[in-house]
Amino acid sequence: MPAASLALEVRALRKTFGTVVAVDGLDLDVHSGECFGLLGPNGAGKTTTIEICEGLQEADSGDVIVLGKRWNSDERALRERLGVQLQETQFSEKITVEETISLFRSFFQRGPAVHEIIGLVQLDEKRAARVGTLSGGQKQRLSVACALAGDPELLFLDEPTTGLDPQSRRQLWDLVEQLRASGRTILLTTHYMEEAERLCDRVAIVDQGKVIAIDTPRALIRSLGAEQVVEVELAEGAAVPTGLFATTDGVLESRHGPVWTLQVSAAHRAVPAVLRTLEAAGLSMTELRTHTPTLEDVFVSLTGRHLREQ
Amino acid sequence: MSNNEPKPVSWNPQSGRSTSPLLQLTLIRFREFLREPEAVFWTFIFPLLLAGGLGLAFRSRPADVAKVGILTSAPAAETIRAALAGDSTLQLVSLDDTAAATALRIGTVALVVVAQDAQRVEYRFDRAREEARTARLMVDEALQRSHGRKDAVAVTESLISERGSRYIDFVLPGLLAMNLMGSGMWGIGFSIVDARRKKLLKRFVATPMRRYHYLASFLVMRLGLMVIEVTVIASFGYFAFGVPMRGSLVAFGVACLLGALVFGSLGLLVASRARTIEAASGLMNLLMLPMWVASGVFFSAGNFPDAVQPIIQALPLTAVVDSVRGIMIQGLGWAQLLPEFAIVTTWLVLSFGVALRFFRWR
Repeated sequence: MPAASLALEVRALRKTFGTVVAVDGLDLDVHSGECFGLLGPNGAGKTTTIEICEGLQEADSGDVIVLGKRWNSDERALRERLGVQLQETQFSEKITVEETISLFRSFFQRGPAVHEIIGLVQLDEKRAARVGTLSGGQKQRLSVACALAGDPELLFLDEPTTGLDPQSRRQLWDLVEQLRASGRTILLTTHYMEEAERLCDRVAIVDQGKVIAIDTPRALIRSLGAEQVVEVELAEGAAVPTGLFATTDGVLESRHGPVWTLQVSAAHRAVPAVLRTLEAAGLSMTELRTHTPTLEDVFVSLTGRHLREQ
Repeated sequence: MSNNEPKPVSWNPQSGRSTSPLLQLTLIRFREFLREPEAVFWTFIFPLLLAGGLGLAFRSRPADVAKVGILTSAPAAETIRAALAGDSTLQLVSLDDTAAATALRIGTVALVVVAQDAQRVEYRFDRAREEARTARLMVDEALQRSHGRKDAVAVTESLISERGSRYIDFVLPGLLAMNLMGSGMWGIGFSIVDARRKKLLKRFVATPMRRYHYLASFLVMRLGLMVIEVTVIASFGYFAFGVPMRGSLVAFGVACLLGALVFGSLGLLVASRARTIEAASGLMNLLMLPMWVASGVFFSAGNFPDAVQPIIQALPLTAVVDSVRGIMIQGLGWAQLLPEFAIVTTWLVLSFGVALRFFRWR
């Protein structure tokens, strides 16, 4: 890829807060026109990274080039070209949807008409409603609407669907897909693997301030080499030998948490073998599940932990 | 359904701003204010209620009547009561021991007379209270006269009751200045801290918004509201109590403008670092409380000892109160107002400069 087609370059980024290392030598390349996801658990350094890219925090060291420019020399020009949605902005409750978007629109030199933005985020009916009366999903769409006020080339979305109900989440996903289809570059952070799988062309898995894997969701999942994942929950109180399934037929990798997570080559061969292993060890189980591997399994395989604490 | 191709966004971005960002920000300020009924009450209604209440409580009465208690348990209570009864400036109340003590403590009588016999009386009163000292003189005068005292010097009285010398004339300009302080500091300080707490400030900084537009929108709003506040309070004083406006309206306007700006800037200063409403609240009270007490809003700042006068005179509220009161009541001209205006301008420049320098945008 030639450098010109990079919307965002991040090199050896580092940021500490006191003794806590939030970002620890992070590298990223986001190509123009792609939807790129930073996937990781809470506290992985996603928000710090995205806010440094947005020019809202300063890095201790490292280099960030946004749309070919740097923050310290081209801040004003950059702000005109970026759309930013922050994780926890609360807009003025007494102000209406239309007034809020008009305000943001007035900050930008160029951009779509206010009614076009309202139409895109499907808030037409709430045009004259005060922000305080909106639902969580509507507020989040308003937040994205404000980020679109300058018709941005590069859009930053920080955990856009956190805390939303499934229907609101799907509405927001549709909106992001529309934006992606119109050629905008999108960088989003999330700790929902299904969100990253559905929306992102490429995903960087972030843990403890570092990128530990970066590829398309499909390639990341394929890298596991497993066809299926089997989860086994044992009856409580039983003494569980470590390496219980180490030699079980068809099990590629096993992890021991509150449940056993087994990556298997073929479920129809592995499941009977798992049951035989349990039988031989004199253990009983309460639940057995199988699913096709997801980014969650990739994360578990890389870190030994789950994206969300269970 | 997810297998439907998402529709690309089709809109026609227009070059050029829709409207001026300063105008939009200012409109938002006014909407936020007007849609908050409490804010409207405290800014416009409360000072009127306060001025009305104080005006009624301290209205000029034809002649002051002193309320005097007679201690019934004293041996010569009835004799003394009869001696004083003829004086129309005294209102007599008979009280037993506990009632007398209570009445003195809560101020329902200014003084209690304890009559041992026809020749010996004792006055019980609080020397620090002005009406108690007056009552002592009036009771003593009536008592001595009834026992035959004659005047050594012939005296005639000519009474005047001039507009501008009543308590309402004193307190209304003070309330006006205090209102400029309160609404300036709370109005600006709270909005900014609230926006910072809600990460709205950070969200604005992430756009090409000019930061001075944001701060300027608050000052523009303050000036707009100031015109309304000042007009409402001053006309209420003029029409309801006849509080005069002896100086030039232009000088009055400048004094109010400077007042609104200086307290707006102090509000900005308080809000420049604070992350929580509680922190800002504490700072506000720390700044405002001494001025409420010392700056001569309700009583003359001259009551404080000479040693602290230089400090009191340098306070922004003192300067605003003195200039507004001087213009309304004494009709002071520009030359006489110069020291006050200089003090206010110094505060304005200092607080605005420091606030800008240390403002926390994120």
